[in-house]
Amino acid sequence: MKKSTLFSAAAAAVMAFGSTVATAATLDDVKKNGELRCIVSTGLPGFAYTDANGVYQGFDADFCRATAAAVLGDANKVKFIPATGKTRFTLLNSGEGDVLWRNTTWTFVRDADVKTTFVGVNYYDGQGFMVPKALGVKSAKELGGATVCIQTGTTTELNLADYFRTNKISYEPVPIEDSEEARKNYLAGRCDVYTTDASGLAASRAVFDNPKDHIILPEIISKEPLGPVVRHGDDQWSDIIRWTYNAVVAAEELGITQANVMEMAKGTNNPEINRMLGTEGDLGAMLGLNKDWVVKILSSVGNYSEIFNRHIGPDTEIGLERGLNALWTNGGLQYTPPFR
Amino acid sequence: MSTTTADLDADSRSAISKLWHNREARSVILQILTMALLIGFFAFIISNAVSNLAAVGKTFSYDFLGEPASYDINQTLIDYTSRDTHLRAGLVGLLNTGLVAICGVILATILGFILGIFRLSPNYLLNRISYAFVEFTRNVPVLLHILLIHGIVVHSLPHPKIAKDDFNIGDMFFLSNRGVYAPKPIMEDLFWFVIIAFFIGIAFTLWFRKYARKVQDATGKIYPVFWIGMAAIFGFPVIVYLVTGTPLTWDAPVFGRFNFQGGMVILPEFMALWLALSLYTAAFIAEIVRAGILSVSHGQWEAAAALGIRRGRILNLVIIPQALRVIVPPLTSQYLNLTKNSSLAIAIGYMDIVATLGGISLMQTGKEMETMLLVIAVYLSISLLISAFMNWYNQRIKLVER
Repeated sequence: MKKSTLFSAAAAAVMAFGSTVATAATLDDVKKNGELRCIVSTGLPGFAYTDANGVYQGFDADFCRATAAAVLGDANKVKFIPATGKTRFTLLNSGEGDVLWRNTTWTFVRDADVKTTFVGVNYYDGQGFMVPKALGVKSAKELGGATVCIQTGTTTELNLADYFRTNKISYEPVPIEDSEEARKNYLAGRCDVYTTDASGLAASRAVFDNPKDHIILPEIISKEPLGPVVRHGDDQWSDIIRWTYNAVVAAEELGITQANVMEMAKGTNNPEINRMLGTEGDLGAMLGLNKDWVVKILSSVGNYSEIFNRHIGPDTEIGLERGLNALWTNGGLQYTPPFR
Repeated sequence: MSTTTADLDADSRSAISKLWHNREARSVILQILTMALLIGFFAFIISNAVSNLAAVGKTFSYDFLGEPASYDINQTLIDYTSRDTHLRAGLVGLLNTGLVAICGVILATILGFILGIFRLSPNYLLNRISYAFVEFTRNVPVLLHILLIHGIVVHSLPHPKIAKDDFNIGDMFFLSNRGVYAPKPIMEDLFWFVIIAFFIGIAFTLWFRKYARKVQDATGKIYPVFWIGMAAIFGFPVIVYLVTGTPLTWDAPVFGRFNFQGGMVILPEFMALWLALSLYTAAFIAEIVRAGILSVSHGQWEAAAALGIRRGRILNLVIIPQALRVIVPPLTSQYLNLTKNSSLAIAIGYMDIVATLGGISLMQTGKEMETMLLVIAVYLSISLLISAFMNWYNQRIKLVER
């Protein structure tokens, strides 16, 4: 007891001089604050958006909740921090947020030079184009001379420049700060084409008055592996985020759902399930978490397919197929290392 | 013993209080303390930034400026492709900032002077219109003006498809929500003579003005310098243009599959930013102009009139030179404000220096500190340049005392 007060006093003294920021353990900070500060999009239907009650909902928002459930045992202890494409890394690196679940593309420069660590891919995406049906465009190759709305500060801006240059097509970019503004400008006819990740296009189209008047062109011009990001240099914290995501995927593979997790947590004859749910060994302690961390995750948000289907799956307005995001056993790319 | 210590104490205390009560010593002490605090503050901030950057493993370097920017810009005054460097992208942004600032300053000055004079007009309608405009414009934040005008342009002007038939002036000019399209002049070689003629016109006018003043001083004869100057600067090049066989062709915009192709375009983003900044600043300038004119006492009018000078010349020779002394210093800060406010361009996606170097380049390279410092340095330089120019102008027009 005495030791810890001494330590925290010393830590407070050091903090007061403000010379150590990144070396502080994020896990301890989150536990001390009693809430997870999660950086999300300012508003992308299906992924992270505020519902009628002002509560953040969506695919990414649920991964925030899963993280909070794993670390704090309560999925509601999340403070959502909305960020634009431009502010997200600054918010993360300056310590305003603990983790970034904001459909962010994993690239070399961001990983190595922006000093962030990408810990997984929770959604495999690619950049596409949406145009009004009335234009009669069937392929992105026909877009010569078109005006294109893009979100500025994203990888899509670079892909777009490269794609049109290599195909020798001219275009006029209209840079826009966030996806909400981009939708407005596109609908007002400021631009002919709206480009972003295909998932984002489907999400945007879902909230249009007449979604059927717009088509998404067949070309996917880039790889956009979207995943969670943490600051460089806190391995324990990146392990926690990585295995939170892995647990959600593994649960789908092993057939653990929100409905049956409590039943399974009493013990099964599959040792991997038992290890995950904490009835055998103590994997949680190795991450600095409680024994029942996976139980908390799954009982609050469910497994990968449950999160996917709830927010962006075929039965939702957004209507995305699993595609690349199916489990590896079903021909997709979602795969997790074993829990052992 | 105890008495001596008390005495010593009292002595030192009185020495300090003496020092404190000495006005000069006190001011020196306070200045030293303030300086120390300031230096300490900045030293703390800098060392903190350096150690934090080191802690996340980031290096401070401007090498990225030489790497390809990889993004496109929709309004470029100089040649630019996505293969050019971040430095050039920044330069494109800087020129865009300069363009909107210069156009804004010109329009704001013209509008501001007109509005300011209207405000003093005995005509009730003009006076009230100017009053209402000034109060509305300067009491709404400029960002809202920008968004409002951009919204109006994008949402209420027609799509190019409609514009090509309905908002079409002689198949040359088109007004649409993608901008105002106009024919683009293409110079042929002989056009250089016209440009040379223009500069000869300016040189001639400068010389003629001096000459006319000399003649006036000697004989009292007044030449119409303004009209002769106009003829030299604009009339002469027009004659040369006609003589050389109109060496200028026009590339008119033509509607393609999606858009107008060719010609020149004023993008809605530029239009919104330019108009919003000009209107907003014009409201402030109108008040400055009004104050300036009111500051010249009525006796000046009457004195000049008593000498038999015409009303127009009273304004030009007596009132405006005196009013300018009051107008110019606050006008400088309005020009500075306009230039700095142009950084709000980011809200509507006008590609100024904040959007290119301080926006996309920052994002793509992750060099927040470096790009922000550069952008700050750029604004500081622009502002200092404007100040220097306005100070020079102020020096020129200020009261010459003998």
